[in-house]
Parts: sequence; structure tokens; C-alpha cells
Amino acid sequence: MGKKVLLIEDEPNIIEAVSFILSRDGWEVKTHSNGHDAMEAVRLRGPDLIILDVMLPGKSGFDILAEIRGDLEFAEIPVLMLTARGQMKDREMAEKAGASQYMTKPFSNADVLAAVRDLVGA
Amino acid sequence: MPERLMIGTRIRERRVLSGIRQSELAKQAGISPSYLNLIEHNRRRIGGKTLLKLAQALEVEPQVLSEGAEATLISALREAAGEPGVDGPELSRIEEFAGRFPGWAGLLTDLYRRTQGLERTIETLTDRLAHDPFLADSLHEVISSVTAIRSTSSILVETEALEPEWQARFHRNINEDSARLTEGAQALVKYLEGAPNRDAEVQSPQDEMHAFLAARGYHFEELERDVAGPRDVMRLLKDEAAQAMSTPAQSLTREVLLRYLADARALPLGPFLARVRTIGLRPDRLADATGVEIAQVFRRLAALPEDEVGPVGLVICDASGTLVFRKPIDGFDMPRLAGACALWPLYQVMAQPQVPLRARVRQVGRGGEVVGALAVAGLAAPAGFDRPALMQAHMLLLPDPGEASGGVHELGVSCRICPIKDCVARREPSIIAEGF
Repeated sequence: MGKKVLLIEDEPNIIEAVSFILSRDGWEVKTHSNGHDAMEAVRLRGPDLIILDVMLPGKSGFDILAEIRGDLEFAEIPVLMLTARGQMKDREMAEKAGASQYMTKPFSNADVLAAVRDLVGA
Repeated sequence: MPERLMIGTRIRERRVLSGIRQSELAKQAGISPSYLNLIEHNRRRIGGKTLLKLAQALEVEPQVLSEGAEATLISALREAAGEPGVDGPELSRIEEFAGRFPGWAGLLTDLYRRTQGLERTIETLTDRLAHDPFLADSLHEVISSVTAIRSTSSILVETEALEPEWQARFHRNINEDSARLTEGAQALVKYLEGAPNRDAEVQSPQDEMHAFLAARGYHFEELERDVAGPRDVMRLLKDEAAQAMSTPAQSLTREVLLRYLADARALPLGPFLARVRTIGLRPDRLADATGVEIAQVFRRLAALPEDEVGPVGLVICDASGTLVFRKPIDGFDMPRLAGACALWPLYQVMAQPQVPLRARVRQVGRGGEVVGALAVAGLAAPAGFDRPALMQAHMLLLPDPGEASGGVHELGVSCRICPIKDCVARREPSIIAEGF
């Protein structure tokens, strides 16, 4: 494996837990914790998969996703969106913005692992 | 043909009401009594000339007979009936129902309208709950800590041979997150318990600060003494009531008290009260006489003891329109969470800084009284090359100065609870404008 995942999330303890389970599963995990320069982080890290929180300081996850999809290089990259709100509207917005998959907090570690494996076809 | 048929019933009712005998009406209309009898029992169709003659004789508009006064009632009943179902109301007999039981039919349509109004109100309230920023923040906090706890705890349970360092770290994280979860859940409970009662339960830090100021009557003797200094502000913040506030509320209160101190130094209590007694509650004159900004006079007037100057209200907003300071006055409501009515003089003066404005205003709706509003906008913090000038507007509220001061402008509290119709300043629908 050794695939690279970029986790964009602002809660330090969620970052730590998700990084841990993904690293144990053989992923190379990079993290980024604010919205302002998330796109720069994407370009810098060049990940195989992005896990993106909807509620970020500085910029909404939906806006970041739009930027990612707007960049030719990342137009097809799998993006797993995380949100604290399970409302249909958010789900629709995520789909419209081009999320590959959508997960509601709180999630189980097994679900996250299954989702990322599924998205990268590992 | 129920609608046509019911014309007869209406003719009969009109005739009986007017106290005319059947034979007499028949004679006036130029038809035989037996024919009129058949018409009145809806057994003959009627139209054209006969209808006109009967209407003339009964001294009513022909439409009243042909369509009935209950035309609107019938359309309302149709609306109430909704989509025809198998066991639904007998739509074919709607005219008969409205004609024979106008009172019951009216009651039914009233109930239907009331139900619709209540449904709208519920929708709006639900919507408000869903978009309540405080609630959204608290929930986000709770969900975030739960997510972290769930993920971390399952790592602890499921990972075989977890290194002691990691173990210690995750234990610490869980401990941290559970403390956060507790705080978030408590804030939520406090908020929800406080929600139905506007005044009893404190909500945001701003509310806490205002409750603290209100408990002291917005007047602090400790800061009025000649030797008063920042130390006295710190002392005030150490008292029991201040310590009971949350940290953010304490820091807001400190800012407000420091400003109070600066105002009190610029306009010391004794001399200022003496001037108010000779000049009266005229902020512009007081500003001239003392050489300070009108806004500072406003704040000082609002800080005077009520037994000296009577009720004085004050509201301050920043450039975003957010009310950052509220000292209420009877008969004029100030919203706590939502933005205030854009018609307030407070917002008008933002367009012309340093130009004061005076108006008699009244909030439409329950409990609104005419009050005198004096407003002025000005610089709160100077601009730099890297930041904009920060503006603030002040609005002083005094009891009604009387008709000599001009006409009364009607305005609202906040759009959601405002009954004014066709208002150009409306930014969202009211939950009470429509409905019953």
C-alpha cells in the first residue's frame, strides 16, 4: 500500500485518532487543520485521497471541495467528506460539490477504514 | 346543479327576512305564486329577467341571489376540503352546506385558517431552532467531542499490543474530550431550559454581561469617585455576582466598565448632574458645554442613577448592525439574538457619521410606546493602512418628548416578530404578520 491520505480537520484529538488508525492500516497520513490554505496543502502533499471536514475555521469544506474539483490535477481525486450534521441538505450539497463519499460524525473507525479502502480501490 | 338550485333557497330567505308574503313578491315580479313557490324550493331553474325582477323587488343586487353572500365562504370551504378523497367531505353539497349552516361553515373555515397559521408558525419556529447559531455551535462542540471519544476509545479497545506511550496519550485525549463534552452538554441544557423564559435564564456572554449591569442599575458608585481607577474595575469583577459569570462574559464586562471609568473621568458625576439640572436631557447642548462627543454624553446619561434623571435607555451597535450594548427603556424592545429593525434611527445615522438625528418613534405591536430617540454615529477606533475605521452608532432613548417634537415614526423590533406589512426594510418574513 503506502498510499498517501491528506486529512483536513480542525479537532486535534480527531486528527490524532484518525491518523493513528490509518497509519496502522499502512497509509501515509498528512494532516492540515485550517480552511484558509487547505488548497495549498493539497497541492503541496499531492495525496491519493482527501478526508475533508465540512466545518473548518477560515473556509467551509464545501468551498474547499469546489476548489479541489476546479483544479485539473485533482478533479478526479477521491474525497471523503466528514460532517457533524446529518441533514439531507448537507448530503445534497456535498454530492453537488463533488464529494466521492459522505460520512456523518460520530463515525466508527471501521467505517472510515472501509470508506478509504473502498475509495482508493485498495 | 347545486349552485343554480340554491338560488331558490336564497330568494326564500331574503323574502322571509324582508317580511314579504310569497304572493306579494310573485305579483311584484310578474310571475304566479305557484311558480315562485317552485323556484323557492329549488325545483325550477331561474335566470335573466325573472331574477332581475325578484332582486329588484327584494331590494338586493342580483349577484347576491345568483352567487350568494357566501361565495367567498364556499371558496374557503373548497380550500379547506383540499384534495377530494374517498371519505372526504361532500364537495357536491358544499353550496347547500354553506347556505343552510353559514355559522358552522364560517367556523369551519376560521378553524382551517387558524390551523394553517399555526402550521406556518411551527415551521418558522422549527426553522429558527435549526438556524439558531448558539444551538448549532453547542451541538457542533458536543458532536466533535463525541466523535473524538468514540474513535479514541475504540482504538484503545481494538488495537492489540498498543504501545504504552500511545495508550497514555489516548487516555489523556479521552479525558480531555469528556471534559469538553460535559461542558458542551451543560451549556446545551442551560440554553434549552432558559429558552422559554426570556428574562429568567441567562444565555450568551452578552446576556450575562447585560444581566450584571442591569442588576446594578447600570450605575457604579465605585467608579464615580475622584480616585477611581482600573483597580476598582478589577475589584468589581472580583465580587460574587461577577465571578458567577462565564469567562467571556467577565471579559466583556471588563471592557464596558473600563469605558464607564473613562466616561466618568471625562464627565465627573457632580458637575455633570449639575449641568443636566440646568440644561436638561439635551445631549447636544451638554456636549457643547462640556467639550466631549455626543456619544460620550449619551453613555454618561445612561449611567446616571434613575432617581436623578428618570428612565434613560441606550443601545449601541457596531458597523455590522449587531447590538453590542443594550440598556432597555419601557415600551421599546431590543432583540437579543436577531438583528434589530433596519428602520431604527440607530442605523440611519450610520450613513452620515457625526450627524445626530432625533425622532419620535413607536414600535408597532404589543406594548410599543412612543419614545424619543436620539442617535449619532462616529468612529470607535481609528483606521490604519491595514485596517478599516471602526464605526459605532449610539441611540439614546428617552420618554416621549411630546407632539411638539414632530410626528411619530413607526418601526419594529425585529422582522421575525414584526407585524408591519409591505415594509421596504423587511429582510425575512414575520411569524405573526400573516395567519389569523
